[in-house]
Amino acid sequence: MTRKLAFMRRVVLFVLFSSLAFAQGGGELRFCLRSEPKTFNPVLVEDDSAETVRYLTGGVLIRFNRQTQRLEPELASTWKVSKDGRSISFWIRKGVTFSDGTPFTAEDVAYTMKQLMDPALHSPTGDAFRSSEGQVYTMVGLDSVTITFPAPVANMERLFDTVPIMSSASPQKFMAVLGPFYMADHKAGSYILLKRNPNYWKHDDQGRQMPYLDAIRLDIQPNRDIEALRFRRGEIDLINNLDTEYYDRIGNASPGLVRDAGPSLEGEQMWFNQVPNAPIPDYKIAWFRSTYFRRAVSEAINREDLSRIVFGSHARPSYGPVSPANRFWFNSKLVQPVFDQPAAMQLLQKDGFRMNGASLVDRQGHPVEFSIVTNAGNKYRERMATMIQQDLGKIGIKVNVVTLDFPSLIERITEKFNYEACMLGLTNVDLDPNAQMTVWLSSGEAHQWNPRQKKPETSWEAEIDKLMRSQATAADINKRKEYFDKVQQIVAEQQPFIYLVDKNALSAVSPNIFGVVPVPLRPQTYWNVDRLTLRAEVAKVQ
Amino acid sequence: MKDARRIAMVLVGVFAVSALFAGFLAPADYAKQFRETPNAAPSRAHLLGTDELGRDRFSRVLYGTRVSLLLAPAAALLSTLLAAFVGGLAGYLGGWWQKLAMAGTDLFMSLPWLFLLLMVRAMLPLNVAPLTSVMITFLLLGVLGWAASARVLCAGASALRNSEFILQARASGIHGLRLLALHVLPNLKPVLYAQFWISIPVFILSEANLGILGLGVSEPLPSWGSLLRELEGFNAFGEPWRLAPLVLLVIVVTSFQMILSREEATA
Repeated sequence: MTRKLAFMRRVVLFVLFSSLAFAQGGGELRFCLRSEPKTFNPVLVEDDSAETVRYLTGGVLIRFNRQTQRLEPELASTWKVSKDGRSISFWIRKGVTFSDGTPFTAEDVAYTMKQLMDPALHSPTGDAFRSSEGQVYTMVGLDSVTITFPAPVANMERLFDTVPIMSSASPQKFMAVLGPFYMADHKAGSYILLKRNPNYWKHDDQGRQMPYLDAIRLDIQPNRDIEALRFRRGEIDLINNLDTEYYDRIGNASPGLVRDAGPSLEGEQMWFNQVPNAPIPDYKIAWFRSTYFRRAVSEAINREDLSRIVFGSHARPSYGPVSPANRFWFNSKLVQPVFDQPAAMQLLQKDGFRMNGASLVDRQGHPVEFSIVTNAGNKYRERMATMIQQDLGKIGIKVNVVTLDFPSLIERITEKFNYEACMLGLTNVDLDPNAQMTVWLSSGEAHQWNPRQKKPETSWEAEIDKLMRSQATAADINKRKEYFDKVQQIVAEQQPFIYLVDKNALSAVSPNIFGVVPVPLRPQTYWNVDRLTLRAEVAKVQ
Repeated sequence: MKDARRIAMVLVGVFAVSALFAGFLAPADYAKQFRETPNAAPSRAHLLGTDELGRDRFSRVLYGTRVSLLLAPAAALLSTLLAAFVGGLAGYLGGWWQKLAMAGTDLFMSLPWLFLLLMVRAMLPLNVAPLTSVMITFLLLGVLGWAASARVLCAGASALRNSEFILQARASGIHGLRLLALHVLPNLKPVLYAQFWISIPVFILSEANLGILGLGVSEPLPSWGSLLRELEGFNAFGEPWRLAPLVLLVIVVTSFQMILSREEATA
């Protein structure tokens, strides 16, 4: 009985101390940026480092919750999108102030939209809202604001996740922020120090003001080896977006420090050059334009082995353009091709290919040989290409692996089209298919296998064009999903891109941090930064 | 010192012979992927374990040695011949020819080689077999690596031109190519040998550097460069057998240096 009482007393004391610790919070979180941010102006952000600073400092009207993948109210207590998809109305929170004490009003939202849509600024964030030519109108009420676009903007609400509200009245302009932290110090090329915003509007369920951390120090460190070393020494607290190799290295030494959040939005893929006037032999272009040929190659690649061997099982075989990390847009009904080399041979035979000794030859007797180009220095891609070389060798296809420096590679695949097959990675930063319009439209610049077509050269590309345009203009999200599911289906049948693997979202997190829940979407580990706290601070209080 | 040099020559000879007979000595094809056992530790089946793709590391080291050890001397020979032609002729002719040739050599040496190699590699056709790609790599190294040797040979030829026995030969009516073939080149031989031996380890290391950048020999053919690339960020204490290509490279380069010391002394 006495033991039980003593145990209960300890539990109660622990809970009390823990809650006291959280109430106190504090501490400095440290992690690395891989480059100097190109800008601190939130409307001009286009690089990862600037995006990190924007995420940590910016207050937005609506936040896309990276864990639930649902929109949540932030500075707007509610919002409503008009039926025609052209307007959105926000009802803003009262009593909120910027980090410098300037009150937050509906005028600030109007000012931010004006900045965002200013043609002179060329805002990459603003580009996403430009559905067509014309003026954007903002109507400001007492505690509401209505923004009207010249044409429907698909996925309009989600886009506001990347629009931090700037102050129209503060002398600090965009340095006055509504997010959990504000920028206190910056030494170019060395570090950025963010401090807790004393006026941050958010409070937790117990009424405590957030964020719990006092500061975040972002060290600029382009070298990943040094970043990993500093993590192991305890000089930084987390690493986002880890490579498999670093994950294993850190994990082998301390298994509790690494986290695998499952498939991310980053994938690896290859495609064949289908440009009709490309400077490669005509018979090769004919192979690459054949659906049977592409499907046969796809079926002859052992994706399970790629995932297991190249990525140490921290990847999953990929069969379509959307990763399962993108829960809403992922088409789970797609038929996944299995690794089946006899079936691949049958497909090739339908197109007139046949075996001649150990080599596959086409109808005219040309031996089937092509090169896969990829960027030099990326060992994962080189290994994948080498494995594909062996897989395809088994059905008589000779593959040459060529690694090129990145500028030469880009020149070949986007300007000269002097290549046969290419392997590269793709990261979908935005979950919405609208962000991929330039990939799927046959006239698009990033329609890699045959870009900038004047009119669709194949019926299936014409169908994809139609479906993508329909989904872009449909107001009903379920209708859009239906259209995009069909696009995924066509892509799976035609294999213009041969999807190989979806890489997992890997991270390393110090045991000193409480509240980290890694997710596949960026920023993987600190998406809930206002709820993170340090164990050291808890220990100090205890 | 003599013994050490002998040992060095024996070592290089052993490696060269085993590389030459790699086809007989290797337990497996260098390209065959044993996918069920990637990164395996040494065993009877795989004496040096397997690499990241499950390929037998011992076989790859043998074939890699063949590539690097046999082609590096070929590249060294090419570059030495080019250096002899440019440097030797410039030194022999002297005057404006020498100034012009040395200015060209200086210009050549000041070029950023890495970027030039990247550029040349990018201009090559894509569909080249791995063996052709390795030949091209060493050919490029040979064609681009003559400048430093040319300066040394130019200085040697220039000294010879003003030597008394050449003056005497001229006085006795020997001129032009005959003078070059009978008196100048034979006396330049020690310098040529030294330059040849110096170039071999330089080219082996250059190919290794290119391999580390992923720009050397194309997959699946191994070379010391591509084998060394596997060592990036690995734990030497945990898997020391993976150091085999590095150990081999150090032994071979040191051996060449020891053999070279004699040639240098002769020169």
